[in-house]
Amino acid sequence: MDQKESVRDITPWDGTLSSSDFFSAACAFSEKWKRFNAFVPPWLWVPSRKHHLLSSHKEEGYLSLEGMCLIKSSEEQESCRSQTWKEESSISQEEEAVDNATLVQSSCDEVNHYDFHIVYSPSYRVPVLYFRSYHSDGQPLPFGEIEKDLPDHSAKIRSESKWTFITQEEHPYLNRPWYKLHPCGTSEWMKLLFHGDTALNKNGFVIEHYLVSWFSVIGQVVGLKIPLGMLETLSC
Amino acid sequence: MSGAATVSASEAHKLVWEGSVPLLIHLHDSEVTTLPPPPPALVLAPRLGYLPLLISELKPYFSSTLPPGVDTLWFEYRGLPLKWYIPTGVLFDLLCVEPERPWNLTVHFRGYPSNLLLPCEGEDSVKWSFINSLKEAAYVTKGNCKNVMNMSQSDQVELWRSVLNGNLESYQRVSSKLKLGTFEDEYTENISAVSTASQQNSGEADAAAQVKSGRIPVRLYVWTVTEDFDDLESAPQIDNWDKVSYINRPVEIQKEDGKYFSLNDAIKSLLPEYFPGSSFDNLGDASTKQSVGDERENTCDPDSSSLPLENAEIKLVRIQGIEPCLEIPFSWVVNNLMNPEYFLHICVCLKVSEANALQ
Repeated sequence: MDQKESVRDITPWDGTLSSSDFFSAACAFSEKWKRFNAFVPPWLWVPSRKHHLLSSHKEEGYLSLEGMCLIKSSEEQESCRSQTWKEESSISQEEEAVDNATLVQSSCDEVNHYDFHIVYSPSYRVPVLYFRSYHSDGQPLPFGEIEKDLPDHSAKIRSESKWTFITQEEHPYLNRPWYKLHPCGTSEWMKLLFHGDTALNKNGFVIEHYLVSWFSVIGQVVGLKIPLGMLETLSC
Repeated sequence: MSGAATVSASEAHKLVWEGSVPLLIHLHDSEVTTLPPPPPALVLAPRLGYLPLLISELKPYFSSTLPPGVDTLWFEYRGLPLKWYIPTGVLFDLLCVEPERPWNLTVHFRGYPSNLLLPCEGEDSVKWSFINSLKEAAYVTKGNCKNVMNMSQSDQVELWRSVLNGNLESYQRVSSKLKLGTFEDEYTENISAVSTASQQNSGEADAAAQVKSGRIPVRLYVWTVTEDFDDLESAPQIDNWDKVSYINRPVEIQKEDGKYFSLNDAIKSLLPEYFPGSSFDNLGDASTKQSVGDERENTCDPDSSSLPLENAEIKLVRIQGIEPCLEIPFSWVVNNLMNPEYFLHICVCLKVSEANALQ
């Protein structure tokens, strides 16, 4: 293993990860997320279904964050539109606490539900964000509505970078159409994000912080913020 | 398949490009508004093509009987909606274990199941999906998709047209510019001879563009059975896409001295959970499997002690409608049987124990 590490240190890193590195990176990411995000649901590792019974390859799977609700205020003007993410279960708790007099107001707020999965792509050797959105009744949102949910700077990021665009493709494990952020340029900008870091344990550092860095960019496209505390861990 | 050794590269390509599946296409009952109902349409579909591209042939048969509305074409086989972005030949090899000729399909022009199938807006969607796969194959082979992104408009048009029309010559003219090369080793051209393949290349393979990274774009479609079946007729039917494990993962060529990399090796390398003893293991470095963090609930729990796995058995392998001998060099299979988007599609049936079966 020592030999391998020194070989890796010599060859310039191309911004990609192996499948097992992704698993390690996913563990590190979900752990940090829990630490810095006490009031937000955790990212859970979902072993891929076919390996459900074969523990020797529990490493194959994806990270899942489901049941996120995007609550939009009923303000018509875009500049006033606020975007708040809440966990599904916390919303229902709030509704119970509200009395009849205020129920009328809250029914004007639309709640769109979002599920996010971070899935490894063996072809591109990078993580890929998949997401889907649906109304409270389970009806999927058309893309036009999803676009309205995305933060204003998302369109800017997507148009500026010819690499980052949203497409609809089949989820690699679930046999259903999901939206995904195209992975074509990921390795390029991941390389840039880590440029200049010459920590001694280069590989371990990269794996440990890969998803935090990746998410700091990708999250912006879908409006998921990464807490400052997590970003600060990148500089130590 | 003993014939492989005597078929030259160009002959093999020709056979693959000419391959087609006869389809007998029935309009779904719910969309028949006239009596008598229209007879089914008999269509010869290219293996390398895609079902939605048949609309121009099908529409005339059924247009007079369709209910009013906008056409949203989709197909099903015995109740299973067909994924339109999978090449026709692959769908046939996968779903029709005992090949049915003609293959009886049902067509719909209404009521698209958008919760199950990706939307398809005709030829443009299919073309986009094709180019996307081509980019992915380029990335796998070369580490970037610049060659595809930088194609001239006219080249892109010609490439797509050549696939639409099944024109191999035109395809080779344009695709050779991509320099995606072919997988070269001493077994490529001639199975019995050990000669450097580069001298023997006929027009299309660019010897200078040998695959350096050793990654080959492959799409594996795996289904499992728990019992032997004597003949194909008694093989269980795939009635649900959850019964197919779709593995879109490149094969990493591992060269060992004195041993060539066979089709069998390639398939097993993509299924390490079923073939753990395989010397060509694709899932990544064993040395990097380290536990990170301590919590165990729902987060990563890398339990790397492997259960003693029963030996899975490869029962059936189909590529371009043929069942190749598994000991054929993988390089030959790739160079001769891949699809125009540079992916090799392989349908595999595995026999496993009850516990390991895909449900």
